[in-house]
Amino acid sequence: MTGTTFESSAGLMPGDHILRRRYRVGRWLRYLALAIIVALAIILLIPILWMLLGSFKIQRVALAYPPELIPSNPVMDNWERLLIDRPSIRWLLNSFCVAGGIALFGVITSTCAGYAFGKKQFPGRTIFFWLILMTMMLPRQIYIIPLFVLMRSLGWFNSYQGMIAPYIVYPFGIFLMRQYMQSIPDELLEAAKMDGASEFQLFRHIIIPLSRPAIGAIAIFAFMAGWNDYLWQLVMATDELWLTLPVGVAKLTASGVGSIDIGVGMAGATFAFIPMLLIFLLFQNYFIKGITVGALKG
Amino acid sequence: MFKRFTTRVWEGRWGYVFIAPAMIPFAIFTAYPLVQGLLLSFYKAGVNRDKWAYIGLKNYTNLLTRDPVFPTAIKNTFLFVLGVVPAAMIICLFVAVLIYPLSQRKQTFFRAAFYMPVVSAGVVLAMVWVYIYSQEYGLLNYIFESLGLLKLLNAGEKIGWLAQTNTALLSLAIVVLSWSLGQPLILFLAGLGAIPEPLYDAAKIDGASSWQAFWKITLPLLRPTMLFVLVVLTIAVFQVFVVVQLMTLGGPANATQTIVYRIWVTGIVGSKFGYGSAMAVILLSIVSVVAIVQFKLLDRQLT
Repeated sequence: MTGTTFESSAGLMPGDHILRRRYRVGRWLRYLALAIIVALAIILLIPILWMLLGSFKIQRVALAYPPELIPSNPVMDNWERLLIDRPSIRWLLNSFCVAGGIALFGVITSTCAGYAFGKKQFPGRTIFFWLILMTMMLPRQIYIIPLFVLMRSLGWFNSYQGMIAPYIVYPFGIFLMRQYMQSIPDELLEAAKMDGASEFQLFRHIIIPLSRPAIGAIAIFAFMAGWNDYLWQLVMATDELWLTLPVGVAKLTASGVGSIDIGVGMAGATFAFIPMLLIFLLFQNYFIKGITVGALKG
Repeated sequence: MFKRFTTRVWEGRWGYVFIAPAMIPFAIFTAYPLVQGLLLSFYKAGVNRDKWAYIGLKNYTNLLTRDPVFPTAIKNTFLFVLGVVPAAMIICLFVAVLIYPLSQRKQTFFRAAFYMPVVSAGVVLAMVWVYIYSQEYGLLNYIFESLGLLKLLNAGEKIGWLAQTNTALLSLAIVVLSWSLGQPLILFLAGLGAIPEPLYDAAKIDGASSWQAFWKITLPLLRPTMLFVLVVLTIAVFQVFVVVQLMTLGGPANATQTIVYRIWVTGIVGSKFGYGSAMAVILLSIVSVVAIVQFKLLDRQLT
């Protein structure tokens, strides 16, 4: 029974319908179009490959023109300098704590509020929900200055709480969870109440287990949002030890203009890329579900 | 029978209990800063709180008439949106329609390839592209030279993609475009999957051409998805920041200044809280108007 409601929406997923032909297009035209798409995909992957290769080039090779496509003399110097001379492991830890904290809080607040908005009747429900939905559409940069002023008076620079606090509420998660809750039958909750379950038992033993797929999607999206939240972390971290991985890595090459130590920069960029890559590969399906459920049912 | 308000509040008490964990932090870290930002925009406010002074609309008039950079930043931000959003929509639609009939395995490859830049984060891509765009040793100039394109474009001189005013904005837009494709593509694929197959069969029986099937079935039925993608993408591109801060610092000659970059430079780095907040309020107004117009336009077409 668990997850059936969610699965039904996943029935819309592409690929369930293999080899359907909706248009009759000439064979050569189709090959041409496919060739264009393959080329596009390659273009998108080249920078990532170039970064990986660059991380093994010493400065002389990195600055060579014509560039060495495959470094003839690959070295580990850049990686050594990144991992040993710089507090990059600490940056990694910072990023994990910040993104993990954001994901944890995002899941808690989204599940509670999504449940209330989806299943409870109370005065003000619509207004509160719209307030949150509106901020989902707002660029956070709009209130970054007053938030900065607030953090200054709290003295929360260079701290995890400062980087996490603005993200305790994850509007997209609340939205997604509310959509999801509406697919859970009311009868189920009524039956549990008849059996004498308290509100918290109901939430703990019925709502949470049933919404596990949605919780997974929210956790991953909140984590990714937290991991990639460059601007706010740039604002909050001034001490080298408190930088997050993307911010720390970006500072390796100082200003982007100019040609400062490319190899270390590329090693840093690769290092910042790997954790998200692993998470993406492990949880690919959650990514796709999260993206599509939020949009299609809304 | 109308129950008294207090009774309804009491009966809905568990609702409040469950929204409290979200609404309390929301009030502190979202609602309060939003209101304060609006107020700050009417103040001359710097690091020293005692010297904050109400100056009415002066921040706004200064921004729009006296500021040497901000109007350019607005223009550039619009250029980003007008360039990246339609390009991303068209590319994703094209790709989605083409890979939809493919087998699950092939589709997964394409989805992953297009989603990879989304995963890799702005910072990572910005750093790599600085290297690729470099005038002296960049990969792009090498590729252009190998293909004979440099001779065609520029008499054989290597191009400083980020250093020339006529290429810098375009170069950044391409980087932003590269990470704007993944999510729309997945959404479009899901949208295509939701279109009932019999519609196409019926169209075939009636002798409709593929072109007609695309325009009369696929596009109209995909419109809700397209609206969602359009609004989300537009809002995302309005926030363009990372590429500017890491690749050009707004240069050359302010050719890549954007609104959010100005907010950061003036409001955070320069500690002009009031002036920066006015910029933010202008950004908020622009984004809201654009989002509402998009909704109205596409909604009307729907009915």
